[in-house]
Amino acid sequence: MAFTRKDILGTQDLSASEIADVLDATESFIEVSTREVKKVPTLRGKTVINLFYEPSTRTRTSFEIAGKRLSADVINISSSSSSVVKGESLKDTAMTLAAMASDVIVVRHPASGAPHFLARHVPSAVINGGDGTHEHPTQALLDLFTIRQRKGTLAGLRVSIIGDIAHSRVARSNIFAMRTMGMDVRVCGPASLLPLHVESLGVRAGTDLDAAIRDADVIMVLRLQLERQEQGLIPSLREYSQLYGLNLKRLEQAKPDVLIMHPGPINRGIEIAPEVAEGPYSLILDQVANGVALRMALLYLLAGGPGL
Amino acid sequence: MVTPSEVKAEVMDAVAIDRALTRIAHEILERNKGSQGLVLIGIRTRGVHLARRLAEKIKAIEGEVVPLGVIDITLYRDDLRRRFDHPKVERTEIPFSITERCVILVDDVLYTGRTIRAALDGLMDFGRPRSIQLAVLVDRGHRELPIRADYVGRNVPTARQESVKVWLREEDGLEQVVILERPESRGSDRRP
Repeated sequence: MAFTRKDILGTQDLSASEIADVLDATESFIEVSTREVKKVPTLRGKTVINLFYEPSTRTRTSFEIAGKRLSADVINISSSSSSVVKGESLKDTAMTLAAMASDVIVVRHPASGAPHFLARHVPSAVINGGDGTHEHPTQALLDLFTIRQRKGTLAGLRVSIIGDIAHSRVARSNIFAMRTMGMDVRVCGPASLLPLHVESLGVRAGTDLDAAIRDADVIMVLRLQLERQEQGLIPSLREYSQLYGLNLKRLEQAKPDVLIMHPGPINRGIEIAPEVAEGPYSLILDQVANGVALRMALLYLLAGGPGL
Repeated sequence: MVTPSEVKAEVMDAVAIDRALTRIAHEILERNKGSQGLVLIGIRTRGVHLARRLAEKIKAIEGEVVPLGVIDITLYRDDLRRRFDHPKVERTEIPFSITERCVILVDDVLYTGRTIRAALDGLMDFGRPRSIQLAVLVDRGHRELPIRADYVGRNVPTARQESVKVWLREEDGLEQVVILERPESRGSDRRP
């Protein structure tokens, strides 16, 4: 297969065959993580930099483990302990890293569009680890892989995404990728957290949680950022949890083989009850495990060939 | 797709392939004094089918089942940096321990030896075998590394610009080993 992209900036412009290629490659990397010696020499001598301007546990660790299992040299930079605090610009930071011959830069940044800006200015491959409220493509791809792993297929499945859709880059990336793969997507949350005209993305939208649960093959719960209460978008966390929290009682009306997903980190008892998060339908930890394999696949596809 | 005019010579037909595999199965059992402690690991893609056939023959001869595994060497290749396409990575499946076992590595064509080098590196990540032996259907010469096969179906001397193709019914719908005339870029008889 010829994967000709220089960067992975979002799922919006990935074609169905590109997504399928990425998911197929991920299969092979799942196996590497089950070995006793969890290493292959494929990216030996390549340099991967994790440039994170926002805190992260799973994405950053996942990329670090992925790079190391491919034998790459992985460097983690968090903005709080770098020259960013001295006022160094994003562009200068990236050009500095490129001057040190970094093959891949994974960037997470609070400004939407930051990775795209970066990609234009450095020869390194750029992977978007989450930009503002715009996209989080690696999360969406690992979500699709997890669904496909369980259900065997993607097209025609009904997915309900529940929560703060308006501020969620995870929701956006998933919506783009799922629509490309022929999935039926419904978004649900309080009206104050549903973007205007969200239907233009090709999804059904509503505020009725029970309706969203009832016919879904997959329920994806989004984290409620606790600041939303201070911003006046929800009256209280308690009310959110009562009206939109996913608990066992609400799940009684779900399909018997429904899958529950959450990108993490979870707020136990707010958007998701602990019994649901740890219950038999939950794929939350599968998502994490698959995330390493997915990121290995992306690093291989972007950096596994002739380098800089 | 190969046109008939590109086939320079047929080296083995279906019967010859089968006889060679039967002989190799006997040689494996002879050299290792039975099938105790043996495992068969086929190199994707066609080595896998050959390994499975060897396992079936060993079962027919000795009545013993030898564990069968699959190794994909794409991640261990030494030429990834030189290629602009990404070889499709397939799954490696070795669902048993290889430590202290005698591994019989199986491939269709032995040429430069680089594929076997990659397979050896890959196997070492799975454990510490007592020994590794190599079985190939065809040895076409032109080794670039100090690698040799323990069991060979047929030695086929070739020129560098020729290529050897092994077609198997599981993969290609027919059974034949041929020499092709066209000047392939290196890697024609290697994995895609």
